Amino acid sequence: MSPRTLATLVAMALLAVLPPVFYYTGNAFWLDLATRLTILAIAATSLNLILGYGGLVSFGHAAYVGLGAYAVGIPAYHWLYGGLEHLGLATTSGLVQIPLAMATCALFALVTGAICLRTRGVYFIMITMAFAQMVYYAIVSIEEYGGDDGLVIDTRSELPGLNLDDPIQLFGLAYVSLVAAMLIVRMITRSRFGMVLRGAKGNAERVQMMGLNTYAYRLTAYVISGAMAGYAGALLGNFTTFISPEMMDWTRSGELMFMVILGGGGTTGGPMLGAAAFIILEELLSHFTIYWHLPFGLLLIAVVLFTRGGLMGFFRGRK
Amino acid sequence: MDTSLLVIQTLNGLQLGLLLFLVASGLTLVFGILDFVNLAHASLYMLGAFICASLTYAVGNFFLAVLIALPVTALLGWGVERFIARPLYSRDHLDHVLATFGLILVFDTAAHLIWGPEGIAVPLPQAFRGQLELSETLVIPTYRLVIIAAGLAAAGGLYWMVTHTRLGMLIRAGASNRRMVAALGINIELLFGLVFALGAALAGLAGMLIAPITEASIGMGNQVIITAFVVIIVGGIGSMKGAFIAALLIGLIDTLGRSFLDDIFKLFMSPDAAENSAPALSAMLIYIIMACVLALKPQGLFPPKVR
Amino acid sequence: MSILETRNLMKSFGGIRATDDLTLAVEEGELHAIIGPNGAGKTTLITQLCGTQMPDAGQVLFKGRDITGLAPHKRARLGITRSFQITSLIADMTVLENIALAVQARAGSSFRFFRAASSVEAIQSRAMELLARVGLAEKAGMVTAALSHGEHRHMEIAIALASEAELMLLDEPMAGLGPEESARMVELLRGLKGKHTIVLIEHDMDAVFALADRISVLVYGHIIATGLPAEIRANKEVEAAYLGEEA
Repeated sequence: MSPRTLATLVAMALLAVLPPVFYYTGNAFWLDLATRLTILAIAATSLNLILGYGGLVSFGHAAYVGLGAYAVGIPAYHWLYGGLEHLGLATTSGLVQIPLAMATCALFALVTGAICLRTRGVYFIMITMAFAQMVYYAIVSIEEYGGDDGLVIDTRSELPGLNLDDPIQLFGLAYVSLVAAMLIVRMITRSRFGMVLRGAKGNAERVQMMGLNTYAYRLTAYVISGAMAGYAGALLGNFTTFISPEMMDWTRSGELMFMVILGGGGTTGGPMLGAAAFIILEELLSHFTIYWHLPFGLLLIAVVLFTRGGLMGFFRGRK
Repeated sequence: MDTSLLVIQTLNGLQLGLLLFLVASGLTLVFGILDFVNLAHASLYMLGAFICASLTYAVGNFFLAVLIALPVTALLGWGVERFIARPLYSRDHLDHVLATFGLILVFDTAAHLIWGPEGIAVPLPQAFRGQLELSETLVIPTYRLVIIAAGLAAAGGLYWMVTHTRLGMLIRAGASNRRMVAALGINIELLFGLVFALGAALAGLAGMLIAPITEASIGMGNQVIITAFVVIIVGGIGSMKGAFIAALLIGLIDTLGRSFLDDIFKLFMSPDAAENSAPALSAMLIYIIMACVLALKPQGLFPPKVR
Repeated sequence: MSILETRNLMKSFGGIRATDDLTLAVEEGELHAIIGPNGAGKTTLITQLCGTQMPDAGQVLFKGRDITGLAPHKRARLGITRSFQITSLIADMTVLENIALAVQARAGSSFRFFRAASSVEAIQSRAMELLARVGLAEKAGMVTAALSHGEHRHMEIAIALASEAELMLLDEPMAGLGPEESARMVELLRGLKGKHTIVLIEHDMDAVFALADRISVLVYGHIIATGLPAEIRANKEVEAAYLGEEA
């Protein structure tokens, strides 16, 4: 077994065992932290598909997380206060909300991706950023859903056989989802589709000359990634029970990117490790000082300047 | 639709457009010449506002404060080039983005440490507190005209510098062909430092000019940077002319869209529907325009010539 | 009928005409070399033939069909492939993965998400076969970036072969190779002659005259002569163009 696989498995085992132990010994706070970490790890894993494997520097991923959360919040709001019944969207059923979150995000990814992917390099970075900001402002301007102030989700998603009001069950769902997300991304990137995606990252012109339409493959990956981030958003809405446009601010997208790079892009376990390191570090630093963004920012700069390959770089196998 | 509101909003749009140009011109310069993506560019917009605010209180005169603050922000820009950007030129854009994202956190928290969590209001000189009454309904605050004049002057000065000075010639040459400038034996490090400093001073100036209206506050740059991105994408990255035209276009469309879109919608839909859909659509307007421009011209309206 | 034709092709960059009224016909099955002094517009011609750049005017025809406006990946599907002058491989993938991707591109849709690519036997064995043919079978598992320049040039040929293209555009396959490696490359290309139509752009005149069925001479974006190697050798105009460069 390669050192990377081992590191990933150990981390996943710890993540499965420690939070429940903390919870049953009266430290509910650490379970909350672990749940948030796990959900963000799903979002980072989805970003890794296009960023780490596809080389597409998308700076708008938080918009998908936010849209996913609103796809839980808006039906729950209408279920409580009326409206949208005729569309069947006044509901607290997770079996409606979660597919809605994924479909909305897939559609948004399809439409914006079709435009973004026509461009390259720095244009792509800025355009993904701008489209995410467009969603941000659109949500801010809709007063019915709280605008700037956000929206409280009064009732969590109802799923058969699960009670998401129970923190352990919510964590369990997030954990299983993370495992599934990691396995799905691993499967996709090793498939023939994934070969094209990775090849296009390394040398798009070469892959085109082989007769492969890189645009179509990238757009497909972009849509899959968006839908997966939407799923993470639906979980996040259920976790925080409060959603606001702030969730999709571009600085949130930057944090997701940092998680991927910190852990190691283009590896199965990297985003999860990155998310864990990010959340734990954020928690520790913010205990010491309210100015924790300062050392955090310096650390980010240092990571970019001085390390290559992220945390996974430490677990490189021997050649 | 009432005409005096139209005039006022057009002036507001012009003001926004010129401020956007000041921020976007630095971004487009730095990208065009150095191929460097600087997210922290708008932090200098924020720092310009804060530094100017402090200086206004210290020296008691807003204009003197601006004059001192300009070289200070330029120096900060030079520092960013020297310590953050320079080691990263050979890396890919992803690294630029991440490092300058970290820099934003540092600058924002530093501002928090120095000036506290609240914003700082900047008092205007007595002379510009007045209003210009063009007619009974048409009243324009004098300071808005000052901003427009200052923005035009800065744009004009920049144009003169780029077209008539040696530095400008190097900048133009660098934007279209980086290797050639290096081959000419120019001190490229000095040129890069100057470009960063110039961009920082321009962004800082925008922050200083807006501070008396909005006050200096943490995170004020984080909103403006995305709009500046939209400007340089629409204009064509690296093109100064494109940045100017796109900045005015975006400034006007955004401002006029927010105030008149519901009136326009009422012409062909029910007032209720117009009231509901106009705010969301006007918030998205500039992004929709960006998408349309890109769908037709992926390189923007004025793509720079062959690199 | 010619397999590839260009008619009055024009392409300018700024004020410079890189391709100037270029008309060329390549016959099926021949190895057609294109030579010319530096800056004659050889690579620019290749990019227009494979579709990464569009000509300003003129036509490109493949088997009589006008493909002037067709995207690169569509031309590749019709049966045109190219190798790159500056080695253009996927550096962070293994040698085998590079070749397998090229084989896979030929073997039906790649919109397959479930099975690991490395477990698709038909593709893997075909890729190994091609690697053996260019003499790189032992290096299959190595990361491409770790191979030598000469080995990269051979990988380029393996990728071109994988496409099973009828028409191969080879952009200076000998560039930067030592004498021994060049000799191996000439042998490899000789083995391909007759099985594929090859357009060979090359500076190494020994290789060109050893391999080519016909030669076209490109000067300032314009073909000044086309003919058998012996005819080109005897052509005064060609001599002048080359001597002019050296003078």
